[in-house]
Amino acid sequence: MKRLLPLVLTSVLLLALLVVSCTQEAPKPATTPPTASKRKLVAVGEATFAPFEFMDTKTNKPIGFDIDLISAIAEASGFTVEYKNLDWNSLVAALNNKEADLIVSGMSITDERALEVAFSDPYFASGQAWAVKEGSPIKTMEGLSGKTVAVQINTTGDFAAQKIDKMLTEKGKKGLTIKRLKNAADVFNELKVGGCDGLVCDLPVVQEYLKNNPQDKVVIPEPAFTVEYYGIAMRKADKDIHELINKGLAKIKVSGKYDEIYAKYFGK
Amino acid sequence: MTYNLEIVAKYLPFLLLGVGVTFRFTVMGFFLGSFLGLSLALGRISKNPVLRLPCLWYIDFIRGTPLLAQVYLIHFGLPQVFGYRPVGSVDALVALTLNCAAYVAEIWRGGIESIERGQMEAARSLGMTYGLSMRFVILPQAFRRVIPPMGNEFIALLKESSLVSVIGLEDLMMKANMMAGRSFRPFEAYFTVALIYLALTLTFARLVGRLEGRLSSGHG
Repeated sequence: MKRLLPLVLTSVLLLALLVVSCTQEAPKPATTPPTASKRKLVAVGEATFAPFEFMDTKTNKPIGFDIDLISAIAEASGFTVEYKNLDWNSLVAALNNKEADLIVSGMSITDERALEVAFSDPYFASGQAWAVKEGSPIKTMEGLSGKTVAVQINTTGDFAAQKIDKMLTEKGKKGLTIKRLKNAADVFNELKVGGCDGLVCDLPVVQEYLKNNPQDKVVIPEPAFTVEYYGIAMRKADKDIHELINKGLAKIKVSGKYDEIYAKYFGK
Repeated sequence: MTYNLEIVAKYLPFLLLGVGVTFRFTVMGFFLGSFLGLSLALGRISKNPVLRLPCLWYIDFIRGTPLLAQVYLIHFGLPQVFGYRPVGSVDALVALTLNCAAYVAEIWRGGIESIERGQMEAARSLGMTYGLSMRFVILPQAFRRVIPPMGNEFIALLKESSLVSVIGLEDLMMKANMMAGRSFRPFEAYFTVALIYLALTLTFARLVGRLEGRLSSGHG
């Protein structure tokens, strides 16, 4: 038995070395020097946000408005882009540790976020909407008083729900209970199974959900109650990337390519 | 590598609010899970296959699948199949209880089987039924032996309770996610929360150690 101990220790040591050697590998830089062949940028987003980014079930790749948009911008500005799916809460961290260069994920421009990241010019006008199940007694926003509302954590939907809560309590009514889920898909599922009375999410995303899932019988009683603009988030220091993006965005707006992409996802 | 103390100080009260929720779920899950677990253990060692097999399958299923999958199954899966309105906190408690019970069952089974056969034989030879022998002879002795692994299970459950955050419950883990997203400082958020969890688990590890000491001294 005593002879076993050195063997065990050596195996453990070897295993530890193996693990350490794997994690020591520095992540490959996402960009190539501009003087070489076309510069490559990595864009990330959470692909659970149709029609902006979602997973194509056939090819298992992310597709959507945001993917088409950034590809068009890349073409107009002369760089290549790779779009990767990453969960919402990891997006800014990935940007900061250079795993990604761009966040293109239906991210609304807010003053708080602008303190940490640089935003491109706005590329989409959106707003938050609240939705309930068909036949729900809740007809107006005030009806949400005392109810449970599902939102995606750390999104403008989350912040908007907090504002509704504040508005209600300031009027002397009961606030609402906010249930924070990890991604938009979970939010819709929560309403579907009845774990909440309503949800708050970006209007275009809710509309897309209604369109694709008529059997779930979700309705939007009132128009969007906030005005927000999506922007592409980048590291503050990358002034050259800011220029590439804004110039590319301006080009495709002028050339009609933007309208083409818009019509593809939002046209009648 | 900077750890911004200002941000941590700003968010600390916010984070600590989650501790109560985490603690409540852990304690209730452990309490209910322990009772269920003991019953499962007794069923598992039963000679009757009608009792033994379902217990065995249950234990294998729970121990063989990730807790995360169990949480999603209970919260999103069951309402879809049975069409009822789920209550998040109930689902979380059920998931933790069912999970804990499976591990507790194996702990008790180990404890019971570690008691020499002679004890059961002696009890039976005195005319006690199986049930009485269990209740007054075997289980009390097994109890002392299962304290350390039960203590470990409690500590494990404390950490696993972080998974209830995925169905929207505002425990410590959820608070960490919220802080990370609002302050854009994931390191401050997650490292601080890890330290809080560590403080909790170390405290309980100490308590369990003391309990072990007190129960073993003075008895054979």
